[in-house]
Amino acid sequence: MREFIEGSYAVARAVKLCKPGVISAYPITPQTHIVERLADFVANKEINCQFVNVESEHSAASVVLGACATGVRVFTATSSQGLIYMSEVLFNIAGMRLPIVMVNANRALSAPINIWNDQQDAISLRDSGWIQVYAENNQDALDYTIQAYRIAENHKVMLPVMVNMDGFILTHGMETVDMPEQNLVDKFLPAYNAPYKLDVENPMSFGLLGDPSIYLEARYAVQKTLEDLVTLIPAVGRDFNSVFGRKGIDLVEGYRLEDAKVAIVAMGSVCGTIKDYIDQEREKGKQIGLLKVITYRPFPKEEIAKALENASKVLVLDKAISLGNEGPLFTEVKSVFSAKSPKVSGFVAGLGGRDITLETIKEMVNISKKEQPRCKFLNLKQELLKEEFYV
Amino acid sequence: MKEIKIFARAGQGAITTASILGEAFFNQGIYAYAFPSFGAARMGAPMNAFLRFDSKPVRLRSQIYNPDYVIIIDPTLLKSENCFKGIKKDGVAIVAVREDTEVIKAPKGLKLITLEAEKIAMEVIGRPFSNTILVGAFAKATGEVKLESINESIKKRFSEKPEILNKNIEAVKRGFEAAA
Repeated sequence: MREFIEGSYAVARAVKLCKPGVISAYPITPQTHIVERLADFVANKEINCQFVNVESEHSAASVVLGACATGVRVFTATSSQGLIYMSEVLFNIAGMRLPIVMVNANRALSAPINIWNDQQDAISLRDSGWIQVYAENNQDALDYTIQAYRIAENHKVMLPVMVNMDGFILTHGMETVDMPEQNLVDKFLPAYNAPYKLDVENPMSFGLLGDPSIYLEARYAVQKTLEDLVTLIPAVGRDFNSVFGRKGIDLVEGYRLEDAKVAIVAMGSVCGTIKDYIDQEREKGKQIGLLKVITYRPFPKEEIAKALENASKVLVLDKAISLGNEGPLFTEVKSVFSAKSPKVSGFVAGLGGRDITLETIKEMVNISKKEQPRCKFLNLKQELLKEEFYV
Repeated sequence: MKEIKIFARAGQGAITTASILGEAFFNQGIYAYAFPSFGAARMGAPMNAFLRFDSKPVRLRSQIYNPDYVIIIDPTLLKSENCFKGIKKDGVAIVAVREDTEVIKAPKGLKLITLEAEKIAMEVIGRPFSNTILVGAFAKATGEVKLESINESIKKRFSEKPEILNKNIEAVKRGFEAAA
C-alpha cells in the first residue's frame, strides 16, 4: 500500500516486516528515528523480538554479532562516529561470515563535529568485507533492507550487508513509498536457516585464531564470495520484482546513458538531483546521462565499464574523500577501464552537508568542458581559505 | 514542480506543517517531498521546513532557494532575516501576524496573506499552535490543495486523539476563512 512516510519510519517498518529476533542499537543523529520506532514496535509487542539497549555502538555491534551466531535474524542501525566506533566488530562480523543487516544513515565524520550528510562514514569501512548498497530514495532504502536479508542469508554468501541512506535527506525526508504486504515479504524472505550456529548440543566456535596456515584462505573465501555476488545480487533483484512487481536491487542503474557522450557517476540521493539536471540538458539536445552505482561493495567493475563504453567523458561525483589522494569512487571508476578509456574527471562535493544543487551539477559539467580535474572540490568558499585561518 | 518554504522557530511545528501538507498532496495523488532544514534544532532557534510537490515523483534533493510559496509561522523572524528572499515573482506568502506586527515589507507583485493565526489558535485549540490554521490559509490563498485532503491528513495524524482532531479540523476551516 502506498503511504506518505518519513524515510526512517519506512525503514523501521521494513525491518519489522523481516521479523528479526534481536535488535540492538545505540541512538545517534540522524539514525535515531529508525531505532526509536523499532523500540516502539518491540515495546508494543508488534514484533516478537528482543531489543537490547546498550551503552555504545561497539556493544550494539557485539550484541548482534553474538545473537546472529546463535542462528537468529538480527538488525542494527547507526551513523558516522557510531559506525567507525563499531568498526573493529564489523570486520569480525564479515570474517565470521554472519549475515547481519545494518542500515547506516550516512553522515560526515569528525572533526570538526558535523551531523550532516556525506558518505565518508561508510566509504571508510569499504575494506571490511561488508556488502555496501546505496539508496537513492526512501523506496530503495525500504526495498534494499528487505533484499539485504535475502542476499546475506544465502548459504553461498553468508556476509553482512550495510544499507546506506543519506542522513537527513532521506532519513528525515517524507515521501511516497509503496509499503509491502507481510504475506509477500514472508514469501520473498523465508525464516533464517543458519548453516552453522552456536548450539550447546553441537559445540562450535566462531572467530578463533587463524594462523598463517589458514588466514590467507579465509580472506580469499570472502573475496571470492564478494566477486560471485555480481551475479547473485541482480538475481535477488529479479526475484524481488517477480514477487512485488517493482524493480529490485541491481549493481548499477543507467539513466539516459544509451547515446550519452558525457556520463556522470554518483551514489545515493544526489542521483535524483542529477537525473533532474540531465532531463533539463536533454531538452536542449545535450547527450548526457547518469550511471548510479548501487553496490559499492562488491564493486561492479565490468558492469560499470560496459555501461560507460560509449561515453567520451566520465565525471565522477564523490561525497567522500580519501584524504591525501582523491575521491574514492573516482579512483575505482578509473580502474575499470583498460586500453580505451574515456576522459575521467573527479569531483568532491557535499561534504558535511554542503548543499548539492542543480547549479553544482552544472558547474561540474562546465568545468569538465575546459579541464580534466582529478580532485576538484565544488562549492568551495575561497574567502574561508585565506592563510590566516590556518594559524 | 512547485516549492514551499516554511519559516518558524524550532518547536512551533514547521515540520508538522510540511508533513500535513505533504500528506494532503499525497491524498490527491500528487507526489510530495517534505523535509526539515537539516541540523540540530534548539527550541526557539529559527529553522525551516520545505516541501516540493509535483505530478511525478520528486527527485530533486537540494534545499529550496526560489520558493513559489512561503509560510511564515513566526512574524518576529521577519526582523532578523529576509523571508521573501528568492521567492518567485508571482509567489504567495502566508504570514501569521500578531497585533503588534509592523507593516510587512513584501516584494512588489507578491500576493501577501496575513492572518492572526495565533489568536485564532488560542480560540480554537487553546494553545498557540498556528500550523493547521496556516495550512487552511494556504489552501485558500493558493488553491493548490483541497480542504478535504487536508482534513484526511489531519484525521490520520490525530486518529487516536478525537478531541484534538476536531479542534484541528475546525482550525483548518478558520484558517481557510481568514485567508479570504
